[in-house]
Amino acid sequence: MILKPEPTLKDLVYIIDSLKLSKEKLIDMYYKMSLIREFEEGIASKYYEGKNPFNMAAGSIRGEMHLSSGQEAVAVGVCSPLSKGDVVVSTHRPHHHAIAKGVNLKSLAAEIFGKETGLCKGKGGHMHLFDSSVRFSCSGIVGASFPQAAGAAFAFKYKGLNNVAVAFAGEGAANHGTFYETLNVSSLWELPLVVVIEDNMYADSTPKSFSVSTTHHYQRGLGFNVPSILVDGMDVLDVYWASNKAIERARKGDGPMLIEALTYRFRGHFEGDGQEYRTREEVELWRSLDPINRLGKRLIALGLTSQEELREIGEKAREEVREAIEYAERSPLPDPSEALRGVFK
Amino acid sequence: MRKVKGISFAISEAISQEMERNENIVVLGEDVTYWGAVFGFTMGLFNKFGRKRVIDTPITEQTFMGMAVGMASLGLHPVVSLMFVDFLGAGFDQMFNHMAKNHYMSGGQFTEPVTIITAIGGGYGDAAQHSQVLYSLFAHLPGFKVVVPSTAYDAKGLTIASLRDQNPVVIFGHKLLTGLPFLPYEGREEEVPEEPYTIDIGKGVIRREGKDLTIIALGLMVHRTLRAAEMLEREGISAEVVDPRALIPLDEDLLVNSSRKTGRVLIVDEDYMSYGVTGEIAFRIQSKALGELKKPISRLAVPDVPIPFSEPLEKAVIPSVEAIYKEGMKLVRG
Repeated sequence: MILKPEPTLKDLVYIIDSLKLSKEKLIDMYYKMSLIREFEEGIASKYYEGKNPFNMAAGSIRGEMHLSSGQEAVAVGVCSPLSKGDVVVSTHRPHHHAIAKGVNLKSLAAEIFGKETGLCKGKGGHMHLFDSSVRFSCSGIVGASFPQAAGAAFAFKYKGLNNVAVAFAGEGAANHGTFYETLNVSSLWELPLVVVIEDNMYADSTPKSFSVSTTHHYQRGLGFNVPSILVDGMDVLDVYWASNKAIERARKGDGPMLIEALTYRFRGHFEGDGQEYRTREEVELWRSLDPINRLGKRLIALGLTSQEELREIGEKAREEVREAIEYAERSPLPDPSEALRGVFK
Repeated sequence: MRKVKGISFAISEAISQEMERNENIVVLGEDVTYWGAVFGFTMGLFNKFGRKRVIDTPITEQTFMGMAVGMASLGLHPVVSLMFVDFLGAGFDQMFNHMAKNHYMSGGQFTEPVTIITAIGGGYGDAAQHSQVLYSLFAHLPGFKVVVPSTAYDAKGLTIASLRDQNPVVIFGHKLLTGLPFLPYEGREEEVPEEPYTIDIGKGVIRREGKDLTIIALGLMVHRTLRAAEMLEREGISAEVVDPRALIPLDEDLLVNSSRKTGRVLIVDEDYMSYGVTGEIAFRIQSKALGELKKPISRLAVPDVPIPFSEPLEKAVIPSVEAIYKEGMKLVRG
């Protein structure tokens, strides 16, 4: 609806057929997006416990918190064609990418709570999540994901593997020099890299209109001979279409692609954000494009599921998140002596 | 045994031998093919291993350092040339926020076997942005091993050790020790075995035995100190010269034991004076050997100014043989 008209039922059938998406795959995408939403909202409610008046250091989840509600379609659409051996490098807003890449939900939650059972034994926290078993990592430094994913792509090519690496970044990060440097070198060396710009319109509080000299970043990708696609980031099928194409192309050895997904974060940049930079009406408009509802409606229209079944899927996601958060809360905090271990291998 | 002049030949031979042994080693950076990374640290590798494993990057420090992080996460061992250490500003985020931290932050899941080789130091008129040493910045930030070879023998053994290490190691090669024809050379020709060998990173060495004072120095300063020690000898002063060879890990026992033995300590450093190597080493020595010190610890370093261009100015700020000699005299006779 942002970029393209909502397809008629007949066209929707054609799109799904041509993407070779089975019912199971579509339901799985719906489930993963629901899982992300439930996780983010679940973390949000735990985050505020003990933080009245608001104090980042208080409560059971400490520090900054950047949540991704609204951006689920980008993560799930991009990661659905990936395998376990492919690499994803994410950002300071990493939960949706982590979940879409298959990071264990309990270990993820435990890390966010700073627990010993967390992915990183409590040393990383919400902005520094690592899971080597599914080749997922992220960084709290804006613009850092591009070269790291390009390095992974280099390693795949060097070893003659047909894996790909994905760099996620926001539209704000794409003003960073690493974006241009990475596009240049990955195009030059034909690296199996997919660069995904999640354009949620705001770099922290700065609207895109005050930070980007072009309308879109995909235009910049073209300047480096990198095929670049603009997609509706609130439409998981549109994202999947582009991602599938980019990943297939990279696996064949034909080099990098750029996907720019227009999306929106329903919550603030960080929890506690007063959001002075945008209107309630704007947020409401984007909420009406909720990517989970959009996919749900289509699945019902296609006769692939029912309202009741979707409700059950949502319930299942809620339950999985509840268990993960409970696991995190129950887990022990790390022993202080752990702080002095692990600088070197 | 054959004689070798300079650390550049030794380092490039070490990399070459390890590349033959380990196909996961790749070399990248600016001008690493035809120009051997300018200061010779990668010379000959391109002819031997070709462009698949020896790769000229665009001038993009942040990006090729970040790529090294990604490459290391998948089992490659990148050898990255940072042409001059002065250029670290252009790539430091990927180094200190990622390469140095990912092992710790990931709870040990991600290792960073990366070897960075960089050229340091002044004394040939390259001024404020091409003459710095800066190893104390890396030593200050947890996660890097910091290696400063002063001889060709050490350079080869320490480079091979770095290439077998699973951590990020930064090798700081002094330009006046490279042995290249276009630069002054202050080292000595020495015997270096052809076969591969390693030196433990963090194991220092006594370059010269002495009993009246201990002079601690790294890199080029080791050679200037040895010359100053000869001058002191002529005055009847016996100086012990200790070369830690690495800042992280630091061979603290060696430094402390020598200080206890002589009771007088001079630390000579080519990095900036304040909040750096001299202060850190002095702190560690006094915390263990204060009672045995006959004099307060003394130091020479670049006196908190950028390295100036003009020759008399440059000479005034980088510790010279004469300055080390004078400081040594003062410490023992003053």
